Amino acid sequence: MAEKTVPSVQEDRAPSRREETREHERYITPPVDIFETKDGLTVVADLPGVEQRGLDVRVADGILTLQGRTAHLAPGTPIEREYELLHFYRQFELPEEVDTEKIAAELKHGVLTLRLPKKEKAKPRKIAVSIS
Amino acid sequence: MPVWDGFSELEALQREMERRAANIWTGQGRAPRVAFLPGRGARQYPLVNVSDDERNVYVEALAPGVDPKSLDLSVMQGALTIKGEKPGLAQVSAEAYHRNERAAGRFLRTVELPVEVDAVKVSADYRNGLLLVTLPKAESARPRQVPITVR
Repeated sequence: MAEKTVPSVQEDRAPSRREETREHERYITPPVDIFETKDGLTVVADLPGVEQRGLDVRVADGILTLQGRTAHLAPGTPIEREYELLHFYRQFELPEEVDTEKIAAELKHGVLTLRLPKKEKAKPRKIAVSIS
Repeated sequence: MPVWDGFSELEALQREMERRAANIWTGQGRAPRVAFLPGRGARQYPLVNVSDDERNVYVEALAPGVDPKSLDLSVMQGALTIKGEKPGLAQVSAEAYHRNERAAGRFLRTVELPVEVDAVKVSADYRNGLLLVTLPKAESARPRQVPITVR
């Protein structure tokens, strides 16, 4: 699977201190595992802090796009911050044999599992000849 | 006990210096680090964010894909210990991988708490791969309104 990944910072315009605080232009590339079985491909991505309704998985023109909106759980005033949850974004180019109609997705404990089945190949068929 | 702790102040300063040094290297104002690589990464996992309000201290840990039954929390002597295991993918042979960036394994981390807490009333919630531990502050650590008598 070829990959397309957006740069983590997209800043074409003149950088200013204020612009940098606008987090919606910054993304995190989630770590993924991709493996192949005889039925198809499985993509597993770590998306901590993403709820089901904040997750967007789509396929268009053979490109799979994962997008996740994150939310922290902890209220209060920060004392120490070791990580920052920005939104997740990553794209993959799908091989042609994937049946995009049958992709199944499951989100559990902040981990997304996508099953991408292969297309049913034309099976050899014996054609019965009727005698008239 | 609000005793001034020079060592923890120094540690906080050191962390701050490290954080800034890391930012210089990556060339970004705030480098987003959201790794959770128990058994693979060199540092201690999970990463935590600590916050507080008047009543509680909150520790939020970044731990996607953890088996909730394996999570074990304990509070002792002003420190919270988080223990658990992230299960790996079952029965995938090495050749089948196109990409293998995630990690799995056991983890253990102790987080120093900024104030004294009531260990009996600690509660925890695991949701969307984040663990939120709510630690009520001990009576002595809570802010108290001091009444003023006007004569």
